[in-house]
Amino acid sequence: MTGMVALYIFMLAAFTGYEVISRVPVILHTPLMSGSNFVHGIVLVGAMVALGGAHTPLEKTIGFIGVLLAAGNAVGGYVVTERMLEMFKSSGARSQPKRPH
Amino acid sequence: MPASWLSADLAIQASYFLTAVLFIMGLKRMSSPVTARSGILWAGAGMLVATLITFLYPGMSNYELILPAIGVGGVLAWWSGKRVAMTNIPQMIALYNGMGGGAAAAIAAVELYRGGTEGYASTTLAVAGGIIGAVSFSGSLIAFGKLQGLITRSIRFRGQQLLNLLLLAAALVLGALVAAQLDASLAVVTGFFVLALVLGLTMTLPIGGADMPVVISLYNALTGLAVALEGFVLNNAAMIIAGTVVGSAGTLLTQLMAKAMNRSLGNVLFSGFGDTGTAATGEVSGSLKPIEASDAGVMMAFASKVIVVPGYGMAVAQAQHKVWELSQLLIERGVQLRFAIHPVAGRMPGHMNVLLAEAGVPYDLISDLDEINAEFETADVALVIGANDVVNPVARTDKGSPIYGMPILNADKAKNVIVIKRGQGAGFSGIENALFYLDNTRMLYGDGQKAVAELIQAVKAVG
Repeated sequence: MTGMVALYIFMLAAFTGYEVISRVPVILHTPLMSGSNFVHGIVLVGAMVALGGAHTPLEKTIGFIGVLLAAGNAVGGYVVTERMLEMFKSSGARSQPKRPH
Repeated sequence: MPASWLSADLAIQASYFLTAVLFIMGLKRMSSPVTARSGILWAGAGMLVATLITFLYPGMSNYELILPAIGVGGVLAWWSGKRVAMTNIPQMIALYNGMGGGAAAAIAAVELYRGGTEGYASTTLAVAGGIIGAVSFSGSLIAFGKLQGLITRSIRFRGQQLLNLLLLAAALVLGALVAAQLDASLAVVTGFFVLALVLGLTMTLPIGGADMPVVISLYNALTGLAVALEGFVLNNAAMIIAGTVVGSAGTLLTQLMAKAMNRSLGNVLFSGFGDTGTAATGEVSGSLKPIEASDAGVMMAFASKVIVVPGYGMAVAQAQHKVWELSQLLIERGVQLRFAIHPVAGRMPGHMNVLLAEAGVPYDLISDLDEINAEFETADVALVIGANDVVNPVARTDKGSPIYGMPILNADKAKNVIVIKRGQGAGFSGIENALFYLDNTRMLYGDGQKAVAELIQAVKAVG
């Protein structure tokens, strides 16, 4: 990929991120931050490639730490986001409030 | 390049393309409460596809290291993510985010150590991603420590900004040496990363707990940017797109949060308001007027409109389930009941919504500041539980107050205000609350959970 094409991708992706988030209600700010935190867990594929090309013990050690951290980012980000979003329900989607005894 | 590599390459590129689409669709779906749940599933599918296909990457070795690293990191994160309490979600986001930043820095380190970057552009991008990732890593760990209560003091000393500036300058000089390919020796590269890590620590240590959400959001955006930069280095489209989308979305979220707290980003990073315990006490006139739970219960039972204003104190007292039980009782009686959420209620914007959702409160009963503020004037009772600064009227009136200008919930405009509070101390920011001294305000002292349980009994007793 040439430098200019890369720059175009960067610009378009930046606008995409801005547009996707710009009309979000406040109630979703925390889950969304958590969700975007999960999305940058894609660093895992880069860490895998870096470790996959490492030769010296130093490179391998740092690469190992990189993959470990990246996997933590991806998995942890997914689990907490999913747990949060699972709980969002509207009153139409739930059973009627419990009657007092 | 052998033919099998070519087809593997095609499969990889196609998969990364699919991943980028799934991520963007997923984030889009996450921006509405109706579709949010499916959004994370879409994004998760994208992550799975990208991770699996990367095993086919041409010329990969060290699988015996890659697999256990994924296993250990993944299992630890899974375990911690599953068992963390909802009140502690913000610091877990900080922790996982820091891990991502650390991973981006690690990629930069491996590529720079092994001379894997070709040309000035690629090396410069690796260096830039490296410093941003490293700062995000150590900074996020400090943020985690602060919110988790591991670091209770904000360490400040004279010349701190100067020290940060010097650290940054030194890191940039070493980074420039590497990027200009003048000296990419082990010592210089290592020194560069050590300086960047220390900078993250010294930048974040002086920032107070109340400002941490903005800081976490900022580091989230920075990690995204670092990932995108390392994506350019590795020529990896999935990383470029996902990282950039998060970088810009995170920047926007950071701005929204800072605005909601009436703070500029520069203010958050370079001044220590976040936990000033002694800042402007402000004189308040009047007295605190206590009320018994039984009286408060009767008042609410016969109200036609009640607005509940929950704050982080409610979540700390684990009172949200009781609050919802009380709310259901009132709704049963025909009371018009709403929850009013300030953008910064809880430890970060939207955190309170998560805590209420956990207790089973439907999201359509929850209104944010703009929707509800006009309604306080027609409310018979505003029930303030565990909230303090976000209902403090001095934000409207007292120019000398540190929170002056912050948008607040107009709880003071309600006909009656009941404040459930543990003791007579000031709020998170240490500012005396004028609301508590108003003529229409009554204080219901006690532990949040116990006080609400008493209110429930009182409402039931009305019959």
